[in-house]
Amino acid sequence: MEVKWGKWVLKVERKPRVKGTVPALIGPLVALSLALAVSSLVIALSKVNPLVAYQYMFYGAFGSVRSFTETLVKTTPLLLCGLGLTIAYRTGLISVGAEGQMIIGGLFTTLAGLYMGWLPGFLLLPVLMLAGLIGGGLWGAIPGYLKARLGVSEVINTIMLNYIAYYLVAYLLDVPLREPPGYFPQSAQIARQGWLPYLLPGTRLHLGVIIAFLSCFVVYFILWRSPLGYQMRAVGYNREAARHSGINVEKNMVLAFTLSGAFAGLAGMVEIAGLHHRLLGGFSSEYGFDAMAVALLGKLHPAGVAIAALFFGALRVGANMMQRSVQVPASLVFVIQGLVILFVLMDELLRNYVIRFLKPHMEEESHGAQ
Amino acid sequence: MASEVVLAMCNITKRFPGVIANKKVNFELRRGEIHALLGENGAGKTTLMNILYGLYAPDAGEIYVKGKKVNIQSPKDAIALGIGMVHQHFMLVPTLTVAENVILGMKSSPFKLDLEKARQEIKELCTRYNFQLDVDSKVQDLSVGAQQRVELIKAFYRGAEILVMDEPTAVLTPQEVEELFRILRQFVESGKSVVFISHKLWEVMRISDRVTVLRGGEVVGTLNTKDTTKEELASLMVGRPVMMEYDKVACTRPHPLLILENLRVKGESSASSLKGVSFSVHGGEIVGIAGVDGNGQKELAEAIMGLRPVEGGKIIFAGQDITSWPTRARIEAGLAHVPEDRHREGLILDFTVAENLVLDTYDKPPFTRGKVFYPGEVKELGRRLVKEFDIRPPNPEALARYFSGGNQQKIVLARQLSRQPKFLLAVQPTRGLDVGATEFVHQRLLNEKQRGVAVLLISADLDEVLLLSDRVLVIYEGRIMGEVIPGQVSYTEIGLLMGGAQVAERSAG
Repeated sequence: MEVKWGKWVLKVERKPRVKGTVPALIGPLVALSLALAVSSLVIALSKVNPLVAYQYMFYGAFGSVRSFTETLVKTTPLLLCGLGLTIAYRTGLISVGAEGQMIIGGLFTTLAGLYMGWLPGFLLLPVLMLAGLIGGGLWGAIPGYLKARLGVSEVINTIMLNYIAYYLVAYLLDVPLREPPGYFPQSAQIARQGWLPYLLPGTRLHLGVIIAFLSCFVVYFILWRSPLGYQMRAVGYNREAARHSGINVEKNMVLAFTLSGAFAGLAGMVEIAGLHHRLLGGFSSEYGFDAMAVALLGKLHPAGVAIAALFFGALRVGANMMQRSVQVPASLVFVIQGLVILFVLMDELLRNYVIRFLKPHMEEESHGAQ
Repeated sequence: MASEVVLAMCNITKRFPGVIANKKVNFELRRGEIHALLGENGAGKTTLMNILYGLYAPDAGEIYVKGKKVNIQSPKDAIALGIGMVHQHFMLVPTLTVAENVILGMKSSPFKLDLEKARQEIKELCTRYNFQLDVDSKVQDLSVGAQQRVELIKAFYRGAEILVMDEPTAVLTPQEVEELFRILRQFVESGKSVVFISHKLWEVMRISDRVTVLRGGEVVGTLNTKDTTKEELASLMVGRPVMMEYDKVACTRPHPLLILENLRVKGESSASSLKGVSFSVHGGEIVGIAGVDGNGQKELAEAIMGLRPVEGGKIIFAGQDITSWPTRARIEAGLAHVPEDRHREGLILDFTVAENLVLDTYDKPPFTRGKVFYPGEVKELGRRLVKEFDIRPPNPEALARYFSGGNQQKIVLARQLSRQPKFLLAVQPTRGLDVGATEFVHQRLLNEKQRGVAVLLISADLDEVLLLSDRVLVIYEGRIMGEVIPGQVSYTEIGLLMGGAQVAERSAG
């Protein structure tokens, strides 16, 4: 493509793609900077110096031990859901279902915590984890199976299953699971020995954050160091070629969706067992949706997803500080998140092109091209 | 035939970052001639014509149309000068009718669209060139050959006097190629001219009056077609002598390796459903399947590899009935497949070369040991096979997407042949490849045969089938029409079989 402007020519040309860690990092960083730059215009509209606002945001997220641990607490479910989605996206499945899977994972954890409370702690904790994994995994397997066997769009199915999960829990909290005497839509507390231990006294930082960061290695191992991961990535890039070399495409889709759901379910587990200790309506607080942005910003790589989750966690915590200090509404965070996604998607396009400015008659002389 | 020069391109130079696509190219087109532009992929043929059509601006050089110097800035300028171009990938809107596509983008009154008048004119054009084309059918319902005719009509309707055809036969069946050649002949007889871009020697010999050969962005010669030979053109194009025929050594083993018994398969259309196909392939021979595309070749290949359900009959491989085996089990038993569409079926373009090479063996040692996948071993294999199969650039870590067609096909071959199969199914193995790569693929197929592998070659390129095969089976509407030995029958006879003409006389199938 060429745009002419007087004597000057602006040329957009395809360029060969470079592989490597540094170019892979540039894209998301540019996307972030652009998102922050555009958001600062929005902040400026409410007559606040954007730099001051960002400063409070940063301070709110990282400024003290308490705020940093809060950031980590919010990072945990984002990271687990983002890792789950990474598996689905790598297999070429567009899942929107992390939210619902997280809710069902939390529900299963609560049920196990309520009804198996007689188990000692060293048994109950693994049981709760397993319950979360199974709950999320089952909720993920449903759209996976429908997609693989019947070809039903996984996008629509996962969206609908989110609603089903949400209202199922709302019903359960309304009638059968409601804690006596029943003023609030919440369940009774799960058994005390099933709570995830706190890591720092005086903060809400719990063992879940370690589970989440360890999961990065697990997901990396699944995707790149196991034959299953190879299969799933092959299916994700090119279903037909995978089928032609005898890979069972349907089986891999169901498996990928199950694994994806299991990690989201684990996110539900750490929220219940680490933070709320009971089932609450809306406990998932849309982590499952933000996790889609986390997975994309993290370039579908566990290390990237970890950084992106930390960033989004910091946004959630920092925004409150910003609102209190300079009266910029915390919902600005949604603007930043939206812009980040937009720029990340654009980066995919832009990275394949170079833009060159040329003066036309300079080009006519041959600069001995070798 | 008048010999007035209608187009001259002088000293055209075009650089892209890192390469010179055209270097001081001179090209001249006379009235009433079909001038072939011959060269391997990447020789600069298409770049040159894109410059003519205003898609690229040359870095240096001049273009003269009918003796006048012109400055072509865009396709609009080119069309106004009477230059029409039919691209390799058609530029049609599938949901519009033929007539709507033809007039799309043309200047007319801004308030009134006189579709009726246009329809009549287009119909007349169709009659004049004897086109079988309904101007009111939607383009999406047309065959590829018919879509190309729509492109031709588009160019004719816009008053093209110089028609550029970019690799027009790549997507056509032999019959459609004949039809196209007839149309082009008729077109130039009315005093117009055609530039015919191709890398296929036989069609250049058949259709063109003169040939300009490009190599590495430079013109290596312009010759009169009747004064040259395929061999001369091939060596000009590649820059070294090229083998045009291969020594055939039959080394058939006594027992058949693959046997099909009365195989019935439901196809995409009734013509392509297999209706009782029986034949066998022995180790050490190449059996060719000739036929016009869409007569069951795809279904045959998919049934053999377990990619399509079989309705009746048997597939027996090395004494075992594999009719209901899954694809993976067949691959493990020693079947290998070079699929028809290497981008869609043969390769994972966003995997590296090395990752692509283990697509059939990733879960076997040394790549997977005790449930753990070892990328290091995959790279090691990549390094070895890249050398062995001369894949260029020799970088096993590069994504398959960024390789040329020939090198991509080498990746597919390397993957299949490196695991020493007993049976090799090659479907259109050289489609879209240049001379050098085609030669490489042919040589590898012959090597495999020598090694005792049973090779089944399915190709729409009759020359290729006859060149390589020990026996040729002709398929028509899902039935084997007969078996011929290359060199013992004429083209006409095979052509008749391909057209299904001798159904009554022959009792095959």
